[in-house]
Amino acid sequence: MKNRLKVLRAQRDWTQADLAEKLGVSRQTVNAIEKGKFDPSLPLAFRVSKLFTLMIEEIFEDNEQ
Amino acid sequence: MSDQSKRSYTENEAHTNKQLALYTGIWLVTTAVLAFGPKLIWDFSVGITIASIIANLIAGGFLIFANIKHLNSLDELGRKIFLDSAAITLGVMLVVGVCYELVFFTGLLYEFTPRIAHLYFLMGFTFLLSTYLGHRKYK
Repeated sequence: MKNRLKVLRAQRDWTQADLAEKLGVSRQTVNAIEKGKFDPSLPLAFRVSKLFTLMIEEIFEDNEQ
Repeated sequence: MSDQSKRSYTENEAHTNKQLALYTGIWLVTTAVLAFGPKLIWDFSVGITIASIIANLIAGGFLIFANIKHLNSLDELGRKIFLDSAAITLGVMLVVGVCYELVFFTGLLYEFTPRIAHLYFLMGFTFLLSTYLGHRKYK
């Protein structure tokens, strides 16, 4: 699954550790999601969406689309 | 608000890691006491041996509880790596354990006595290796 997490994070000048802290996950998880190696669960995707005040589909994009 | 929710993810993980290490240590000590105590310390006194068995089981219970708490403290990726490692370890133990027993009964290992300790070692090694590889995969 593609996502704009890295761009959105960079726009706010946040490090991966900052974002991880805000989401309540490890830095490794943020890194794995940014690189597309790991797809977040729906609750985590909602937390990301709430944090960036964007809709989930504005952050995450299905590869098959 | 509980202590767990006050701490950040990293602090909470470090806390449950310490708890797990502590209870693993206590369980190991009670296991060593149970293994060597009857012969070396209390000369097979039944009462002390039973007390030692109970202490070992109680410590084991706390270890299991600490492990569950640790698993619950992990985030979803950490939990996935942990559960993948547990699944691989379970599979390896089943396959190798059954094969190990059957090979012994075929007579191929007549000079070698199978011991459950070999499987414990394999279990620990498999879990550590698969956890390491899991973390590397998502690095």
